[in-house]
Amino acid sequence: MKKPLFLLVSVCFTVYILFALSPSVYAMHIMEGFLPWQWALVWWLLFLPFFFVGLRTMTRLMKQKPEVKLLLALATAFTFVLSALKIPSVTGSSSHPTGTGLGSFLFGPFVMTVIGTAVLLFQALLLAHGGLTTLGANAFSMAVVGPFVAYGLFVLCKKCGISLRMSVFLAAMMADLVTYVMTSFQLALAFPDATSGVWGAFLKFASIFAVTQVPLAITEGLLTVVVWNFLHTYSKQELDVLAERGVSLK
Amino acid sequence: MSNRILMFIAALLIVFPLLVVRNTEFAGADVLAEEMIQQIAPNYEPWFDVFFEPPGGEVETLLFSLQAAFGAGIIGYIIGLYKGRKRNG
Repeated sequence: MKKPLFLLVSVCFTVYILFALSPSVYAMHIMEGFLPWQWALVWWLLFLPFFFVGLRTMTRLMKQKPEVKLLLALATAFTFVLSALKIPSVTGSSSHPTGTGLGSFLFGPFVMTVIGTAVLLFQALLLAHGGLTTLGANAFSMAVVGPFVAYGLFVLCKKCGISLRMSVFLAAMMADLVTYVMTSFQLALAFPDATSGVWGAFLKFASIFAVTQVPLAITEGLLTVVVWNFLHTYSKQELDVLAERGVSLK
Repeated sequence: MSNRILMFIAALLIVFPLLVVRNTEFAGADVLAEEMIQQIAPNYEPWFDVFFEPPGGEVETLLFSLQAAFGAGIIGYIIGLYKGRKRNG
């Protein structure tokens, strides 16, 4: 990389990390104890099958293609970084991206379920963000719905002949956005509005989560393309190996 | 578009709200959601509490920045490794 470009990258990362350092940091997942136990249980039960399939897919992938381990570490690190960064939004509140798009195109949605859950568990246990009782619900939105939308949209965009980078951008952006739409839906189901019902409550929660998320989702899409560009230039052979498993990454 | 331009747009998107939106502390969206829950269901009591909470904002900040730094370090290492490998054939 040329020196000015390296400097710019460093500055951008510094800006990002400075935001993570702001004194009022909060998680954007459903907080511990904030879902009635019936709903907590429902989301746990819906989430677990995806997690187990994901674990199996991941171990099989590691056994068959050990050369992609580094790339898996990269996708995990990307999710770790992005979900640690609270970014201010035009609504006057902050939220953080999810980083689940990248791993979804590379390894498929099931593998990303495992990675996303690991990040959520880390934040629930060490940072008091999200929670164990709400882990099922949070994992379902961030580590199941997000990755599946990302993967589905990526495949669809490619089928429609949209350029590779644009597909990456759109899929990563929507994965981020849809995660928070799902969170709003989960909260609305548990706390329907007295007069306007589930739909009314959904609009209220979505106005908090989803609207805040729009500029962040675009940012996440852009950063995902940045990492994607690096991979496309420097690790063609790994992408080729992954492409053998299904969706072409070229 | 080159990475340079992409990063620049991303940075602009982050700085823009700071310049435009005034009189706000950019509180977390989850805190607002909590207030919304209390508004919709005033009698709801959280039934479970976290096992461990970082003692104060500073420690929390430390843990969050460690998470980001750790991830960024790994990303830099792997991309550097791939780059070196390509250069050396």
